[in-house]
Amino acid sequence: MTAAHVIERGDFDELLGALSRRGYQIVGPTLRDQAIVYDRIESSADLPAGWKDEQDGGRYRLRRRDDEALFGYAVGPHSWKQFQLPPNVKLWEAGIDDHGGLADVAEPASEPPRYAFLGARSCELHGMAILDRVIGSDLDPFVVAVQCGQAGGTCFCVSMNTGPVADGGFDLALTEVIDGGEHYFAVEVGSERGAEVLTDVPHREALDTDRNAAAAVHARTAASMGRELDTTGIKELLYRNYEHPRWDEVADRCLTCGNCTMVCPTCFCTIVEDTTDLDGSHVERHERWDSCFTVDYSHIHGGAVRSSARSRYRQWMTHKLATWWDQFGTSGCVGCGRCITWCPVGIDITEEARAIRESEGQPDADS
Amino acid sequence: MRTVEQEIADSGLFAGLEPSQFEFIAGCARFERVDAGTLLLREGEHADEFFLIRHGAVALELHAPTGPLVIQTLGDGEVVGWSWLFAPYTWHMDGRAVEPCSLVSFDAACLRGKVEQDHELGYQLMTRFAANLIDRLQATRFQLIDVYGRAPAGA
Amino acid sequence: MSTGVLQPAPEALVPEPFEVVRKRRDMADTWTLELEGGPFPFAPGQFTMLSAGGAGEVPISISGDPGRSEQLVHTVRAVGLATAAICAAEPGRKLGVRGPFGTAWPLADAEGADVVIAAGGIGLPPLRPAILALLSQRERYGRLVLLYGGRAPDQLMFPDELQAWREQGIEVHVTVDSAGPEWLGHVGVVTRLVRQAGIDPSSTVAMSCGPEIMMRFLVAALKEEGVPTDRIYVSMERNMQCAIGHCGHCQLGPTLVCRDGPVYRWSVLEPWLAIREL
Repeated sequence: MTAAHVIERGDFDELLGALSRRGYQIVGPTLRDQAIVYDRIESSADLPAGWKDEQDGGRYRLRRRDDEALFGYAVGPHSWKQFQLPPNVKLWEAGIDDHGGLADVAEPASEPPRYAFLGARSCELHGMAILDRVIGSDLDPFVVAVQCGQAGGTCFCVSMNTGPVADGGFDLALTEVIDGGEHYFAVEVGSERGAEVLTDVPHREALDTDRNAAAAVHARTAASMGRELDTTGIKELLYRNYEHPRWDEVADRCLTCGNCTMVCPTCFCTIVEDTTDLDGSHVERHERWDSCFTVDYSHIHGGAVRSSARSRYRQWMTHKLATWWDQFGTSGCVGCGRCITWCPVGIDITEEARAIRESEGQPDADS
Repeated sequence: MRTVEQEIADSGLFAGLEPSQFEFIAGCARFERVDAGTLLLREGEHADEFFLIRHGAVALELHAPTGPLVIQTLGDGEVVGWSWLFAPYTWHMDGRAVEPCSLVSFDAACLRGKVEQDHELGYQLMTRFAANLIDRLQATRFQLIDVYGRAPAGA
Repeated sequence: MSTGVLQPAPEALVPEPFEVVRKRRDMADTWTLELEGGPFPFAPGQFTMLSAGGAGEVPISISGDPGRSEQLVHTVRAVGLATAAICAAEPGRKLGVRGPFGTAWPLADAEGADVVIAAGGIGLPPLRPAILALLSQRERYGRLVLLYGGRAPDQLMFPDELQAWREQGIEVHVTVDSAGPEWLGHVGVVTRLVRQAGIDPSSTVAMSCGPEIMMRFLVAALKEEGVPTDRIYVSMERNMQCAIGHCGHCQLGPTLVCRDGPVYRWSVLEPWLAIREL
């Protein structure tokens, strides 16, 4: 899809206004606690203009750019998962009657907010689609995607075929171009409601120069990925290697902290918990985020099936790259690199996969 | 530095064999060291090696979903693994080194082949292992009656 | 950001109330509860998520007669908070039920064949619905054989029914691990019964339930008799939270026990169960 329109930087807030007037609650990147996280956006002043991120294994720093790009960074610790699958959901609540049964079961009737996601990246659109396939969702956010202007230090969407250019799954997609004195957004329209919103925003037709500039941004991003992962036969590779000594090696480093599962846009595991009040007359059932890295996760009568760190790291990685295929028909990984960046000890899923592949005597296809 | 022959001879396991038989067995053997945690035997896998423990301890285990159940532990001078001698030649349990072990490992496939030709050698090995098996069976039965849990009759 | 409720819970996540109408103690820590709360059709092998007023929810196999769906029967062992609360429920108390979930014993696949049912201890209740269904259509099957093992004579489930089933056309063989002299039956591990059953491997479907180690060795014994692994079925158990393929907890390799199980064909499971701490 190529850009048909251009919105000037000066008119960017008109886009936000158009969304607000249509009742959308805009959520997008903001700067908080030295990280770029998703929160309410009222105007472009809320965006991390002029900031970029430096990411590596176990490392995330923000630095000033030498321009005022609104989207001059990769992805931060938040993903859109928190909206598709909120961290803590009350499923129902009820009283407990004299017979120990549930009385007056109340299920929440609220509609999900009408979100507009501003700044969703291609990897994130794939992540949302993958997650949706697993859990299903009524969420139908208006998506203003941003085609990445720079690859992050831990990004490998090219390897996973999930970017850096989104070719669908959005209502509008923007490519930010800063060139000489110019600062504008090349706009691709991805849906009828996207086209409709655009009519309310000052814009002009895109010229070849605009399209070329956008294409150059895309190519530059694709060529500067921080990581690579060879996905050739990766399911079978991991299925063959459940007893590989590499799992012991990574287990020596892994803290089983579960950060990776929190930041991953597709990790979906939840725990279902009933809580009662002190006199046992009222009960609530919640579904909240859980992680396969906890010992309790695999608890059955007699203990946990996965007590060792080795087995829990292996479960996470083989699920993400291999068994997800058999369970849900796609890979679980979108190459966003968050698990690498936010691992306190910098464990790198691409490096682990490479180590196992290379030990079989097949050199890694990307090395 | 002791040789494999010396080690096997001292174990008494093959005492009374003809020198040529003994030599053949020693020829199928070598020293091996393993770290604690190493699985020497894996349930269901083909039994192609068995072991004599020089120093160390090996636990015979059955793996349950929540972890291994230790059936018995074997120590210095004991043999780990019998199923290599009996069809279908697959291990019935796991055998895990519970501490670093110094072992003599025997090439079971090689010995099996020899035993099929040399029935006298086969007989000698069978009688030794049978005695050991009866000993272990008796111990296992004793474990089974759970003497600690039951009041003895008449108590 | 607000992290409140996103959307109403899927129906499958809200329990239905069922009342305990009858309760029977089977063993020191095991009870069979008969529940009523409206028709509850199910297939033998399926389970429900059972809860007692806020003490937590657990997956329990249905142990009742699938031909009598006006009643829901569960046999429960008290091993933790949730099961203890369920087992403490007296007639008149209400329990929460979600389900039924999961895959069923292969009764259709077994038509025309001999059926060998191999169970150990608390593994018999999940097979009871299959046994009752097989008996209700006895003419569709060849030999019906039940091989059942327990720790001791006082730890056998459904002792009266075992005798009744013998009379209705199932060859019932029972064994215990150890016993006193008053026990006149077999003493020995249940796997030994397999060899003595005279199985015809060309026409046998086997179904097994019990502790995982026991199932593994029973399957090994069945394989030794020549029963093909794609005609051997087992019932598996893993941590379960949502039971609707949503929460990830019940993963067993590439499968989800709530969706691809609990009844599995052994040929599918075999390579995965060899992996420790899978």
